[in-house]
Order: sequence, then C-alpha cells, then structure tokens
Amino acid sequence: MNEPAPMAQLSAAAGALRNWSMLASLSILGLIALLCLIGPLISGHPYDQVYRDYVLVRPSLFAHPDWAEVEEAVSAMARRMHVRIEASRDGEIRHMTLEAAKPIDPRALRAFERSDLFAPARIVASKDEGRRLAIDVPLKRTLFLFGTDANGRDLFTRVLIAGRVSLAVGLLASFVALTIGVAYGAVAGYAGGRIDSLMMRAIEIIYALPFIFFVIVLVMVFGRHFVLIFAAIGAVEWLDMARIVRGQTLSIKQRDFVAAAEALGATTPAILWRHVIPNASGPIIAYLTVLVPRVILLESFVSFLGLGVQEPLTSWGVLIADGARNIQGSIHLLIFPALFLGATLGALQTLGDGFRAHGLRSR
Amino acid sequence: MSSPAKPILQLRDLQVSYGKARVVNGLNLLVRRGETAAIVGESGSGKSQTVLAALRLLPRQVVTSGSVTFEDTELLALSQRRLNALLGRRIAMVFQEPMSALDPLFTVGAQIGAVLRLKAGLRRGAAKARAKELLSLAGIAEPERRLNAYPHELSGGQCQRVAIAMAIACNPDLLIADEPTTALDVTVAAKILDLLAKLKQSLGMAMIFISHDLGLVRRIADSIHVMRDGEIVESGATGEIFSNPRHDATRLLLETMPRARPHIRTDTPVLLRAENIGVRFALRGGLFGARRTFKAVDGVSLSLDCGRTLGLVGESGSGKSTLARALLKLVPASGMISFNGRDLAWLDKAAMRPLRRSMQLVFQDPYGSLSPAMRVSDIVTEGLRVHEPAIGRQERDKRAVLALQEVLLDPDLRHRFPRELSGGQRQRVAIARAMILKPRLVVLDEPTSALDRSVQTGIIALLEELQEAHGLTYVFISHDLAVIRAVADEIAVMKDGRIVEQGPAQEIVEHPREPYTRALISAAFQTGEA
Repeated sequence: MNEPAPMAQLSAAAGALRNWSMLASLSILGLIALLCLIGPLISGHPYDQVYRDYVLVRPSLFAHPDWAEVEEAVSAMARRMHVRIEASRDGEIRHMTLEAAKPIDPRALRAFERSDLFAPARIVASKDEGRRLAIDVPLKRTLFLFGTDANGRDLFTRVLIAGRVSLAVGLLASFVALTIGVAYGAVAGYAGGRIDSLMMRAIEIIYALPFIFFVIVLVMVFGRHFVLIFAAIGAVEWLDMARIVRGQTLSIKQRDFVAAAEALGATTPAILWRHVIPNASGPIIAYLTVLVPRVILLESFVSFLGLGVQEPLTSWGVLIADGARNIQGSIHLLIFPALFLGATLGALQTLGDGFRAHGLRSR
Repeated sequence: MSSPAKPILQLRDLQVSYGKARVVNGLNLLVRRGETAAIVGESGSGKSQTVLAALRLLPRQVVTSGSVTFEDTELLALSQRRLNALLGRRIAMVFQEPMSALDPLFTVGAQIGAVLRLKAGLRRGAAKARAKELLSLAGIAEPERRLNAYPHELSGGQCQRVAIAMAIACNPDLLIADEPTTALDVTVAAKILDLLAKLKQSLGMAMIFISHDLGLVRRIADSIHVMRDGEIVESGATGEIFSNPRHDATRLLLETMPRARPHIRTDTPVLLRAENIGVRFALRGGLFGARRTFKAVDGVSLSLDCGRTLGLVGESGSGKSTLARALLKLVPASGMISFNGRDLAWLDKAAMRPLRRSMQLVFQDPYGSLSPAMRVSDIVTEGLRVHEPAIGRQERDKRAVLALQEVLLDPDLRHRFPRELSGGQRQRVAIARAMILKPRLVVLDEPTSALDRSVQTGIIALLEELQEAHGLTYVFISHDLAVIRAVADEIAVMKDGRIVEQGPAQEIVEHPREPYTRALISAAFQTGEA
C-alpha cells in the first residue's frame, strides 16, 4: 500500500519554495513588460532621435551636459564660427562674449540652435559694429540613463522599444505556434491510425526545411515586413508543439474519462475541447514558457542576419549584436540589452520549471 | 505455536511523523521466531509506514522515534552500513506491485544473481545455479529458461514469484510481505499465498504479512494485528480474532464480507440481447512479421431482463471489460446487439447518440474516470450538455445538486476538483454522472475493486438502492465472486474471451460445473469454507 497523504505534505513544502521563485519571476516579467510599455513615453527621447553631440556617452544618473562638455562644445563652436568665445559659468543660462575681426553675422548663431547642448541664443548687446556680441545661451538638459549608442541615440529608450518588439514577437509568434500546434496535434492524436501517420509525416517534411532558407524565401516573396517574422517563426515552431500535444493526446484518449465522455455521447470536438486539451495543459504551458524565449532568440538571430527588424526600429537581438561590436570601447551597449533579455529569459524559464513540476504533481 | 519462541522483531512505541501529521502513533508489536504475524487495516491506516519506518526505508525528512529491535540489535540506531548488511540477508521484503519491484532492464537471472553475489558473496557460476534453484523453489516452471527472461515477458503472478525468490535468496529470518497478492488475480493470489505459507514452513522464517483483507490472512497468519489511524487497536491469535472480535474496526473488517443477494424470480421484458458478439484487435507483428489478430471477445451471447443484474466474472484479460464496451458500442464488434427491441448493429455514431442516454458506464478506477481538470459539477452534468443542450447554467447546477444528493454526497462538493475527494466519493461522483441521464442500463466495470472493503459495501448498497428506485438494469463486472454473489441475479463466467458458464447466481455459486468456476469460487470464499 502506498499512502500518499504524508508524501504530499513534503512536496507541498518543496512547492512553497518553487511558488516563491515563480512569484519572483512573474513580478520581474511584469516589471519589464510595464517598463517597455510606458518607459518610452516618459524617457523624453524618441527612439530614433540622433544626438550628434552625444555619441557613445556613458550611462549616468546626472543630466548632460556637464561643464567639460560645455567647454569642449564652445571651443568647437568658436573654431567653426572663426570667433573667440568667452563663456562664463553661470547656472542655466550661459553668458558668452563673441569676438571676431569682422562683424559677426547673427545668423551664425543658429549653430547653437543646431547643437544638442544649447537652446537658441539671444543677443543681449552688440558692440564695435557687431564685432563683439554678448549673448545669452540657455543649456539644454538631457538625461541618458543607459548612455547612448554609436549614432548618439538614447540607449534607455531603445532598450525599451526593443523590448516591445522582442516581447511582441515572442508572444505573438508563440501564440501562432500554440494555436496551430495544439489544434493539429490534438486532431492527429485523437484521430489516430492512418490520418495520424499522414499528419505526422507532413510535420517531418516541414521539419526538414532549413529555417533560414524558409525565412529568405518568405522575404523574397513578400518583401521585408514586421508581420513576416511572426509568420515565419510561428510556422516553424508549431511543429514541436504539435508533436507534444499529439503525444499527450495519445495517452489521454486511453484514459477512462474520455471513454466515459464517449459513453455519454459527447461529440469529438467536445471531447477534444473539454477533456483532451485541458488535461494536456500542463505540458503545453510548460513548453510555451520554453517557446517564448526560444522565439525571442530566433527573432534576434533573424534580425542579426538583417532579415528581421530594420533600423531604426530595433529588438534586443539587434541591440546585443550592436553592443558586441562595440564591446571594447563602450561595454554598456552590450550590458543593458543583455541584462533585459537575460532577465526575461530567466524568468520565463523559472516559470516553465514551476509549471512543469506542477504538471507532474497533478498527474 | 506450541511454545513461545524467542522474539525476532520488536517495535516499541514507534512513532512516524511527516511534519505535523503523525501517521504511526505509539505502536507496539512483537513478532516471534517462525511466527506469521498479519497487520490488517484499511488503506491509510499506517500499515506500510510502520514496517518501512522500522527498516528505515522512509525518506530522510520523515521523523521516526521509538525503538525497533531485531533480535538484540536496535535498528533505529544502527549505522547505515550495518543496516544494509542486515537488509536482504536477514530481513527481506516483498512488495505489492511485482512489476515495478523488478528492474525492467535486467533479466530475472541477473537480478537474482546480483542479490546472491552482493549479499551472499557467491561467485557468478554458483549464483546462477542457486538462482535456478530459487526459481524452482518459488514454483516457476522451466527455471532454466526463465532465468533469461525480462520482467515484461512474465505474468504478474510469475513476477511476484521472482520477487519472492529474490527475497528468500539468503534464507532470511524475517520476511515482510506488503500486500503481496493485492495486485494479482484471485486464483493467482491464492497460489502465491500457498507458496508463501509453504516457504515459511520449509525455511522456518518469521513473516509479517500486511493486508487490507482480513479474510485473506486467516489462512496463513498465526496472529493478527488490526490497525486504524496509526495505532494497533486489536491484537490476538487468528482464531480468537475471528471468533471473538472486540474492537469496532475488526468487526467492520469482518462484516464487510458481502452477503448473498436474495433470489427473486420475476417475469420482465428483455432489455438487452446480444448474440455471437466478437471483438478482435489487430496486433502488429514484428518489423517483418505478419499482422495477427487477437480475439478479445469470441462468440458471446447473453440476454438480460429489465431490472435485473447480470454478474460478469473472470480474471483480468478474460475480456470482461471489452465485452462491456462492445455491448455499449464503444468498440467495434461483430454480432447482433438489440437494446429495448432495437437492433444496434446498424446504427452509426450519430444515430447512437440519442440512445447513449439510456445506456451508461461506470468504471473501475475512480481516479482515472474523472477528468482531473474539471470540477465535480461539470463532470456530473456533462451528459446534460450532450443530451439537453437547451438548459441553462442555473438549471444544470440545480440538476447537479439533485444528482449528488441522490448518491448521498454533500452538494457543496460540486465546486471541488476530483483530486480533493476520497476514492469512495469519486466513485459516487462517477455514478452520479451516469444517473443524471436516467439511464435504463448501466454497465458497472469493477465499480468497487479499487476501493476499501468498508467503502465497497457503501457503494454496493447505493447501487442496489438506485436499482430499486429507478428500475435499473445492471451489468456488473468483477473479478471477485464474493461481490458478484452479493449483487447479481445471474452470473456469467468469462475465460479467454468466452463465456464458460452461465446461469442463476445461486446455482453457479453452489453447484459450479466448470473447474475454472470452482477455482474462482474457492479463491473468493476461501475464508468461509476452507
């Protein structure tokens, strides 16, 4: 006789720990999703805005520009305008005095406007027939939490925008794979016999197609499009799902409760929907949590090859590829997107483990 | 026992707890040399936990306290190494599930040989010779050939014999048998029981025999200890326990031998008639082998009157369940079936659907027959969704309450999942699912076999009540003639897909013609008449 009650208590204790880690992963995922949704709205930078004066800025908690950057920008400006600039250090508004041999054209002051450091300049006084100008130039304060990339775009905004793309691709493509895979697998497994063999051979044929070849053909036929990534990845990833669901269905349809439903006169779709799929949900959910990170990685790979998301839109995979190229000079380009991708994948994995263990227990 | 022999195993104040739950509570037990002590109790009473704890075979988180002395050695304080030296050599165990007790990857000979080499220190050749000897001792025919067999090539009874051969390999002084016959067919179980009694006699070992069946242990036990809720509530010599049970738990176990159904003869119309039913399964041969067909049911004819019960008896694999499914047209079958005057043979799936209402099925395993993903109310009302799709959610809920009340369950259970219910409760839910459609014919496929005896009686009483109230007709399938005798008006005995004997219940039980029927009867009623 095996007496399950005491063992159940022990596994409940082990389950509590797993529950805790599942809760932690869920909140990490929720936090990342929330950041990706509202972060770009409040970061203050469009994801495709180029700050030419802030190329490869290091991450910092303080707003730019600092004094050194102002000095440098002012001297660069002086060289370009062929003037001598004396700047005073005076809070938000810079008082500057411009001196030159010839009269200064006020239009030259637009250079300040074009700069990312300064707001438009205002002439306070003009002396020596315009050879000496006193101007007020307010500073433009900008914050780059994660620094900027090689094109001078804000990395914080770009990581979050990339997160939107990656998560959307991950979820949508997984959803595509889920729907097709579950339907196909359940039908094949439940029908059994020749139909099952036929459907599974079809899957094996699709399996034999190289994925990248498939993506290239799709791009050639339909052109580059965001939706194409969902379609391509979903079309490949449902194969595994279908196999898993078919295997589950094969064992579930032998169970007595399916025979009981048949004896009640339930129709085949009803049996699939009410009995087979809910009871296969454990492995399905577990596989789904493996599938989502796999799809995110696949999308990164496709984008890395230049077949996926195109600039200036970006995804975590693209950002990481970018960061890897700049690993020597500015490692922050690699660290931040990798951190986000890693946290997401890790949380999904932990969730998957939890669901799998739960599925085993309930059987 | 003529003179009190020396104690071989003594448990004093044994306590086993899983966290806060205490499963064995202050248990005292004394087993003498050469004695057979039986521990009897319902599932969950702590029988297995007691012996597993005594041999320190429980997971490490489990807290065991008290004292266990084997001869003069305190087992609970022994080092793991010295304990391992004792286990297998001086103390051996036989488990309930013979198939899972053997390693499927090794041959029988290799497994017994491994025990002999490790525990008895024999060389390879000597081990093989001894293994052969042990197999023939355990009553396995052609031991030479069986040495090279894998467990899956053997039947359940043969596997249990192999497990016994392994257990007695080193001539242990104490053999612990944990429900060794529960998973086996009755006739096989009787033979295993005889074997154990014989081996005990010839090897002079002591035995602890764990069982839920008081009737079963009567034949072999010298003393009986009845357990309930982790405590021994009554101990005594076997004869004394049977003639003079003192504790309620013992009386309950004794009483659960079901009584025979009174013989009533009425003239009612025929509800179900089947002629020459055959079910074949195609077995795929090997890679190049030809396809073979296996006749699960072969030319069975029967007829059943309204409001009566047909008992279908036979061992596992005799085709009882397949026949039942064929009668309900759940598996394709040849032959003629007429239900209430309608010929079912020509009806396709869709045409059968309205008829399904009046023919229902209840399964053996209440754990497997309820979908674990559905709530009780959804399970019970599934038939209504099929046959009365028009009724709304509230009406369905009302009907679920009524159906649960009819099977004497608390209607509040309808919001639970099956895993939160006990075995008996689940079987009542399964019966409610069948009854909600007000069927005329119910096929009960071993409805009580997975349940404890006391729960069994409750379910059988419920089924009889329902039969009375609704004029139901039952086909009651069981391997246990004692249960069949209690419920059936007529009995059909099945063997290898054929009905070998058929007739009124009383006649079959009292004057069996076939030797096979006689074997079944002696196995089922061994306690009363033997």
